[in-house]
Amino acid sequence: MQANWDTNHFFHLDKPLLLGLMLLSSIGLVVLYSAGGEDISLLVRQIQRIGMGFAIMIILAQIRPQYFLDWIPWIYLSGILLLIAVLIIGQSSHGSQRWLNLGLFRFQPSEIMKISVPLTVCWYLADKPLPPNITRITIALLITLVPVLLIAKQPDLGTALLVAASGIFVLFLSGLQWRWIIGFLSLLPVLLWSLWQVMHPYQRERVLTLLNPEKDALGAGYHIIQSKIAIGSGGLYGKGWLNGTQSHLEFLPERSTDFIFAVYSEEFGLLGVLLLLGIYIFILTRGMFLAAQAQGTFARLLASSLVMTFFVYIFVNMGMVAGILPVVGLPLPLISYGGTSLVTMMASFGLLMAVHTHRRLLSS
Amino acid sequence: MVKIQTIQPRKKRFILKDAARESNLFINRVIIGWLFMLACLGIIVARLLFLQVFDHQQYTTLSDQNRIKILPISSSRGAIYDSRGRVLADNHVSYSLEVVVDKVEDSENTLKQLRQIITVTEEDGENFKKLLRNTRRFDSVLVRHNLSEDEVARFLVQRHNFPGMDIHANFTRFYPLGPIGAHVIGYVGRITERELDQVNSLDYQPDDFIGKTGIEKFYEKELHGKVGIQKVEVNVQGRILRILEQTPPIPGKNIYLTIDMAFQKYAERVIRREKASIVAIDPRTGGVLALASMPTYDPNLFVTGMDHKTYKKLLNVRKRPLFNRAVRGQYPPGSTVKPFMGLAGLEYGVREEHSSTWCRGWYRLSDHPHKFRDWKRSGHRSVNLHRALEGSCDVYFYDLAHDLGINRMHAFMQRFNFGKRTGIDISGEARGLMPSREWKQKIHKKNWYRGETLIVGIGQGYSLATPLQLAVATAALSMRGQLRRPHVAFALDEPNTGIMKTVSSSPEYITLKHENYWDIVINGMVAVVHSYRGTAKKIGRRSRYRFAGKTGTAQVIGIKQNKRYDARKIAKKYHDHALFVGFAPLHDPKIAISVIVENGGAGSRTAAPLAKKVMDYYLLPNSPLRLASKSKKL
Repeated sequence: MQANWDTNHFFHLDKPLLLGLMLLSSIGLVVLYSAGGEDISLLVRQIQRIGMGFAIMIILAQIRPQYFLDWIPWIYLSGILLLIAVLIIGQSSHGSQRWLNLGLFRFQPSEIMKISVPLTVCWYLADKPLPPNITRITIALLITLVPVLLIAKQPDLGTALLVAASGIFVLFLSGLQWRWIIGFLSLLPVLLWSLWQVMHPYQRERVLTLLNPEKDALGAGYHIIQSKIAIGSGGLYGKGWLNGTQSHLEFLPERSTDFIFAVYSEEFGLLGVLLLLGIYIFILTRGMFLAAQAQGTFARLLASSLVMTFFVYIFVNMGMVAGILPVVGLPLPLISYGGTSLVTMMASFGLLMAVHTHRRLLSS
Repeated sequence: MVKIQTIQPRKKRFILKDAARESNLFINRVIIGWLFMLACLGIIVARLLFLQVFDHQQYTTLSDQNRIKILPISSSRGAIYDSRGRVLADNHVSYSLEVVVDKVEDSENTLKQLRQIITVTEEDGENFKKLLRNTRRFDSVLVRHNLSEDEVARFLVQRHNFPGMDIHANFTRFYPLGPIGAHVIGYVGRITERELDQVNSLDYQPDDFIGKTGIEKFYEKELHGKVGIQKVEVNVQGRILRILEQTPPIPGKNIYLTIDMAFQKYAERVIRREKASIVAIDPRTGGVLALASMPTYDPNLFVTGMDHKTYKKLLNVRKRPLFNRAVRGQYPPGSTVKPFMGLAGLEYGVREEHSSTWCRGWYRLSDHPHKFRDWKRSGHRSVNLHRALEGSCDVYFYDLAHDLGINRMHAFMQRFNFGKRTGIDISGEARGLMPSREWKQKIHKKNWYRGETLIVGIGQGYSLATPLQLAVATAALSMRGQLRRPHVAFALDEPNTGIMKTVSSSPEYITLKHENYWDIVINGMVAVVHSYRGTAKKIGRRSRYRFAGKTGTAQVIGIKQNKRYDARKIAKKYHDHALFVGFAPLHDPKIAISVIVENGGAGSRTAAPLAKKVMDYYLLPNSPLRLASKSKKL
């Protein structure tokens, strides 16, 4: 541990993780250039966002985790208030209310919750012995469920699922007894049923479409069908960079944002996908490794839950693009075009690095 | 213990926890979580393996179906020229207005706006709305065709107001001579669904033109050429981005006719307002020199479309201008069959050149009281074959027919193409009818009566022939047995290679026992026009060349035994048809002709003069008729 210190860290950054993230964003820019129709200005904007993301990561990495320990509940509470505000005075777009207009820029409070919920659950669980007892499990679940329901109400199912997952992961990592886990899993059908009941018609349609996209090939199923065609026609080796016909001829919708993975698969084939997955797995593994090394319950839970949240992005996005999960509008981390979630993700990596690189100080 | 811990200050909390146990538990969970993530990503890999490796071929096909469209490149239709190179049919550029279905938000509103700059009739509007409903969203539909240059200009100025709408230039068939020779040339029209089923679907588009009648139909394959194919890559809007592969179209062949349209026009003009047909053939080649069927129509109407009233006029039941009388009209040939019957009599040995028959104005079968009348009530007295042809004696041919019998008549007449299609290169030819015992049994399920044999002998009864058949038979007679398939096309020329292929027909020979049988009959026909007793002596009297002919007057209705035919007392539509067949010049036949004037009365009076005029025009280059018509531009 001591020996690694100098080779793996500088400025409180974890070098392997940094390398993985830089590799990912480079691949992202290469794919985006193709997916965005070779539009340089699109690329420039994304580079700016990536720059901003890295800056935030670097800044957060410098802060000792215990400095913001006391802020956590307040950030969480203000997040809840903002979510309520969104439901009352938020701006709509595409039929859902997600944004708060703060004059200078539009702001999506649900984005805060992606970090704030795991932070708060970690904070809440960390000061008691683990595994948590039933009261604490209930309160931890409540901390998670309140923002989830508020976000689902907007409606933004993708983010809601992600936030829910991040809270539940903390519980799992905190050593939740298996009987609770099994009990929870057996309750899942009931939960899914009640989720179905609160779903908006368009969300239900997405799920139905997933089960049978050909039913409505020109309507709701169009995205999935075209995406599957793009992936499938890519084959083992892919059609080559800038040669994806599904994307360049615009058959593939949302090709630079949520469906960018289809563009990547079409142009780089299964081998390219394996490379990309390899990088993701490297980051996930490194993240889990850092979490395992973390000192103190809070640091451990935080680091590992952030890694698992990152994983949810990857899995849900690839799953929906490949047609095995419903289309819920989550970006592919560091590849998809878009700023908000990029910044959130880089922030969580900043926290992860902070947890790791400040641990000697923490334990002293 | 737990309760005590909660009220402890924060710094001491860590001490009281079981650090080792928690750490183990956590490491345990981290490993499980890590494995869980790997398993999930494994599912993704498995899924991609299916999509990209196992089902790769299927998705490649789907992807190609998305992006690759096969478009036909239409070939330009061959032109039609007359024997002197005059253009009879070619292609003109016309403009149509089309719109992409997807871009039409409100069809009513679009039409309303459009009507401010160009005319769109109610019918066009209805058509457009119908097409709109039945077409895929990225395809374009026709709004209006045949825009004038002015309308095109006005639209182009306003085009930005009509997204997705554009002018398309197409080739349209144009017939510069209009109605002249329309029955020969025919016309093209939009392909119908039934026609589309019959042709190779690669060669035609649903809005293509196809030959409907005449040369245009018969030589459809040659004129149409071969459609080219363009493999293009399109984007999701259906816009063509690049051409992947291209097979250029092969233009259709140009067709040169045997007909000189000046002559055709003359033949049509001499008919005036009658319902009539004149067919002139070069007996040496089988080439048609003129094929007039009157009244006629303007084929351009079928290309550009016409209003209901005009169309109704074309369908007129009495005049039937769309009906090609020359090849489809079937008439009783009347006395024009007599030369052929005479030949049959000689050939089968039932008559000799000089054997004569007594004509007393009527003929009766020995066991039947019915009187078969001669057209000349007083009778022709003693007639041999020569005289019988000259004066068109019916009794001679009643007797001849009686002796021949229907079977031999049928067999012999078939050799001259009676009752068979001539095989002319104009579509829709009628077969005519040369009756036989078997035919009557088969069609009418009745026995043949001997009386029926007699009237077939003078070209009445069941006998039917088209003007074309009469001309072809006469041509064969003039060539002493050389029967040729008539043809209107002289040559087909392939524009790409410049290869010109001439159309020819090899003759079929009708051989008789003695060559001089031809002379006997032809001499009889010469007498028809040149002898003082000939039925058509008027037309031969001042002729500058010798020729042969035969008049015919075909009854349209039966006349009762004790009644006389009186044209003044019966309606025009029951008047006799006037016929004439002939060829000229006598010793070196250059033209064989048949004329039929519907309800024209006596052949000698109505049909024969027409035939003479037409032959004069053709044979006498300096005839005043010809000079007069030549001075005027066609």
